[in-house]
Amino acid sequence: MSRRLRIPPIPSSEITAESAYISRRAFMRSAALLATPLAAGVGSPLLAAEARSGMALRYADAAAGPAGFNTDEAQTPFEDVASYGNFYEFGTDKSDPARYAGQMTVDPWSVEVDGAVGKPGKLNLEDILAVFDLEERIYRLRCVEAWSMVVPWVGFPLGDLLQRFEPQSSARFVEFRTLYRREEMPGTRSFTSIIDWPYREGLRMDEAMHPLTLIAVGLYGRTLPNQNGAPLRLVVPWKYGFKSIKSIVKIRLLERQPATSWQSLAPREYGFYANVNPEVDHPRWSQRYERRLPSSLLRPNRVPTRMFNGYAEQVAGLYKGMDLSRLY
Amino acid sequence: MGDRSLRLAVFLLCLLPLAWLLYAAAGGNLGPDPAKAVMHGSGEWALRLLLLTLLVSPLRQWTGWRWVMKLRRMLGLYAFFYATVHLAAFCHFYLGWTAAILAEELVERPYITVGFVAWLCMLPLALTSTRAMQRRLGRNWARLHRAVYLVAALACCHLLWQARSDIGEALVYIAAAAVLLGWRVWRHLRGNRLLAARPL
Repeated sequence: MSRRLRIPPIPSSEITAESAYISRRAFMRSAALLATPLAAGVGSPLLAAEARSGMALRYADAAAGPAGFNTDEAQTPFEDVASYGNFYEFGTDKSDPARYAGQMTVDPWSVEVDGAVGKPGKLNLEDILAVFDLEERIYRLRCVEAWSMVVPWVGFPLGDLLQRFEPQSSARFVEFRTLYRREEMPGTRSFTSIIDWPYREGLRMDEAMHPLTLIAVGLYGRTLPNQNGAPLRLVVPWKYGFKSIKSIVKIRLLERQPATSWQSLAPREYGFYANVNPEVDHPRWSQRYERRLPSSLLRPNRVPTRMFNGYAEQVAGLYKGMDLSRLY
Repeated sequence: MGDRSLRLAVFLLCLLPLAWLLYAAAGGNLGPDPAKAVMHGSGEWALRLLLLTLLVSPLRQWTGWRWVMKLRRMLGLYAFFYATVHLAAFCHFYLGWTAAILAEELVERPYITVGFVAWLCMLPLALTSTRAMQRRLGRNWARLHRAVYLVAALACCHLLWQARSDIGEALVYIAAAAVLLGWRVWRHLRGNRLLAARPL
């Protein structure tokens, strides 16, 4: 049961103050962006996004994340992040999520946490937003399909959320589930889809507690668009994008490694770990290069893929002694 | 409509998908990953035109329209043209024209091998598509051009092999190819039976 269904109205005085703050931030960000080669000619994604009506800049004042976590690479414009992606609940085409995810009801929303925890329970989105300090994290996102983006997420470490439910020492893995609501998700009604809904993902406990692992509630300073996994999603920047499960409704702490959607579907192609690794190819395509989006016909923007998506310094230690060509 | 104007109309119609792709790309309307859009677009149109080519003979048999036969060569050549654009886009966007990577992809990725073999099979068909070659090869021309059935099967494999979790789109093409090839098999068998049943 949700206790509070509506976000309390914001006093107008606050809105004015915030928007002044936002425009300053937007100016600084666009100045920074224009200084980078890729952004030149693209314009300021934030300002362009701001021009779209009805999108609240709720999180524009999120603090910058810890030093060293944010990349200064050119960011993928908001329009591209919000119009291109995989969210198979809405269809398999990259544009399907943006076309159909509007049907998904994201308010009210709650996340149930159970399993090997001292205090199982349900948290409403508003409570989550009220409790955790939001940060901006500018991460690379590498899809298993060999394209990539740079996204300024807004969120908080998953570890902070899990701590509240007091994980037991027996908890070794975390399982996540996406919302499964057939009437609002046309992709789940496809007769020819072979995914066993709901979509499931998982992490090892140490991966889940790693400070890079984020629960995102926004991007580009605004509420997460539905097609990007509203109202809250996982972001694990050193793993292929399919690990970063969207629109989470359930989190379960487990003693054994959970079965995850893609791994169950094609274990030869998608492993449980799914760490970005240019040395281990997907059986059907190479993982050595990626197309950093936006790309263009004249400049495909093909860049070499980096081990752990460039986060080796922070996370390589988690996999010491593991044969990553076998445990891909 | 005269022969010439009919052929010209179909010629221009078949150029439309490419024109649209280039126009959308120039206007930045192919999305953030235009490489993928060009890959998919060219591949889909290659297969569609291949299936249209295979539709010509049955259509004549079903309707008695003789004029459709005049379009068969052009449709087939366009299928080859879009397949070539598809291959070139793959080499450009995905491989950066690196021969070593192409060799590796051809050996290690079966769906790419199958797609490439399909293109290779189309190559001699395109080269021998002229009237002069047709005359020169005589009866062998028809035998050689039966390879188009193999190309259709390979192209369907190539598409199906890429599906990640939803094979719906691939099944539509496979069903169309199955009808077109199945019709030929059925006709052939029926023809044989009629021959066999004929009193000596």
